[in-house]
Amino acid sequence: MDIKDIIRPENRVYKKSDLLYDTTFNFCPGCGHGTIVRLIAEVVQEMGIEHEVIGISPIGCSVLLYDFFRFDVINASHGRAAAAATALKRVMPDRYIFSYQGDGDIAAIGTSETIHTCNRGENITIFFINNAIYGMTGGQMAPTTLTGMKTSTTPGGRLTQESGFPLHFTEMLASLDGTYYATRQAVHTPAAVRKAKKAIRLSLENQKLERGTSVVEFVSNCNSGWRMEPVASNQWMEEHMFPVFPLGDIKCEGKLIQRS
Amino acid sequence: MKGNEALAEAAIRTGVDAFFGYPITPQSEVLEYLLQEDAQKRTGMVVLQTESETASINMVYGAACAGRRAMTSSSSPGISLMSEGISYLAGAELPGVIVNVARGGPGLGTIQPAQSDYFQATKAPGHGDFRQLVLAPASVQEMADFIPLAFDLAFKYRNPVMILSDGVIGQMMEKVYLPEPRPRMTEFPEWATIGKKPGKERKRITSLNLIPLEHEKHNQKLQAKYRQMEAEEIRYEEYLCQDAEYIMVAYGASARIASRAVEMARAKGIRVGLFRPVTLFPFPAPQIEALSLRVKGFLSIEMSAGQMIEDIRLAVGKNQRVEHFGRYGGLVHVPEEILEAFERFYMEPHGH
Ligand SMILES: Cc1ncc(C[n+]2csc(CCOP(=O)(O)OP(=O)(O)O)c2C)c(N)n1
Ligand code: SF4
Ligand SMILES: [Mg+2]
Repeated sequence: MDIKDIIRPENRVYKKSDLLYDTTFNFCPGCGHGTIVRLIAEVVQEMGIEHEVIGISPIGCSVLLYDFFRFDVINASHGRAAAAATALKRVMPDRYIFSYQGDGDIAAIGTSETIHTCNRGENITIFFINNAIYGMTGGQMAPTTLTGMKTSTTPGGRLTQESGFPLHFTEMLASLDGTYYATRQAVHTPAAVRKAKKAIRLSLENQKLERGTSVVEFVSNCNSGWRMEPVASNQWMEEHMFPVFPLGDIKCEGKLIQRS
Repeated sequence: MKGNEALAEAAIRTGVDAFFGYPITPQSEVLEYLLQEDAQKRTGMVVLQTESETASINMVYGAACAGRRAMTSSSSPGISLMSEGISYLAGAELPGVIVNVARGGPGLGTIQPAQSDYFQATKAPGHGDFRQLVLAPASVQEMADFIPLAFDLAFKYRNPVMILSDGVIGQMMEKVYLPEPRPRMTEFPEWATIGKKPGKERKRITSLNLIPLEHEKHNQKLQAKYRQMEAEEIRYEEYLCQDAEYIMVAYGASARIASRAVEMARAKGIRVGLFRPVTLFPFPAPQIEALSLRVKGFLSIEMSAGQMIEDIRLAVGKNQRVEHFGRYGGLVHVPEEILEAFERFYMEPHGH
């Protein structure tokens, strides 16, 4: 059988979303960012809302989102995506607005804007990519860096007495009355991807309910910043990140999920 | 009406789409007025009390991305917090109006009026090679009039515009003719990110450009806008300058007080005139230079230790003497002391 006999429409099992430009992502090979970006494009396409959606890129490795998506995207200053999202939604309540932010962007410099946006219950979606490190600036400690984890600014491992504890930012946001939906996902396996995709869709659909903010955290790898091979980084993530940041829903339909 | 209230009412009438603000003396009346007058009900304008000035300016940025008329107002310390956001507006070429009802600094300083934010407003409102247009109202009437003007300029140039007022003008009460109501916008500029139109390319708004040659080009384009502002937007007022031998230069509240000092000098037979820059950037340098060819000296009157005087000196060059008389730290001049200072500099045989 020739390869041409295989490459046929009826045999196709995967196609890149039409809402992604035919360009090279700037992410390092193996990085979770690429998968999450792809999933968002797929969901927006499946929902058929590419004419009604405006995305907001952060400052971080995903700053260039506006060059990937084939729909409107703006870039916000470091940490302020939630403020920009608030304004976009307030002046255009019929649009779908989402921000896409790293842990440094959202949980360090953008803490205030994010908390108050959720507390006001803005009808927007926040995608929060938690890789426990500042990827873009070369691997410094983030608020979510694990205890004992080595980064360029915690060369001996994060010491809690020096630098505090890994911040459970999504739990914090979930505790706010304005937050309607909060969940923690990952994209390191096909099963995780399927779940994550559902969460992305729900978080966007929620905007039409006008019941408050939806937050989807993705625990993700930064193989470069962690100084690991991609596969090893995913294993490390399962072993070390998931116990601290357990996957699953944290708040659904405005109610906190009781977890053991 | 109070200056701050006239400005707020003008914002409603100008069809402003969104106001974001955080309380600070002496401008809190702007936010209060908009909420008490229920601007949202009157025109559909979004009015939001924010958690910080950082949030305010980034909300202005967000609404501006949607091509809306968006503004914020604050006073000095709050404006400092907005620096980064103003720079992003300039970099991304977005229109936005920022009102500074200035108070004395540095630091928490005082809640009393001052003009000590001149440098900040005209030279370095944020990081990077950029300029914002700066309008300086000297009356409650201009607090109202400058809102539609500021938005026209902001959209003409896709650039931040600051209304640099001060605690005197903000708190003062005067009669005011309010601007004719303008409808809210229903059509938005082609660059606005309001959702990709079917069959059209998507839009992106960013201030980032990682390719040095392209970024230099972008900066050159910005610089060309600033040169165009200098060519087209200079605004100023002259009072008794025609036959003047000496010129007092003052803006905002200082100009009101200096005009009285000018009248007192005239009553004594001294030919003094008042030149009032209305735009601080672009600064009316050509007009001041022209004056310098026929008068004997300038006196800059500022509620600061001397900031605008640097621009006057640049315009005047070595042609004439330029002196400064300031009250600052929250103090406001009285006309008598301005006249005294003028006489000390220019009427005494060996002045200084
Ligand atoms: C005001 C400001 N401070 C600092 C920076 C530098 N900076 C750029 S990205 C970044 C951290 C990004 O980390 P994160 O949000 O976790 O995103 P990641 O790259 O890991 O996806 C920092 C500190 C900046 N651009 N602006
Ligand atoms: S530095 Fe880390 S987060 Fe950034 S693209 Fe590379 S792997 Fe991903
Ligand atoms: Mg990160």
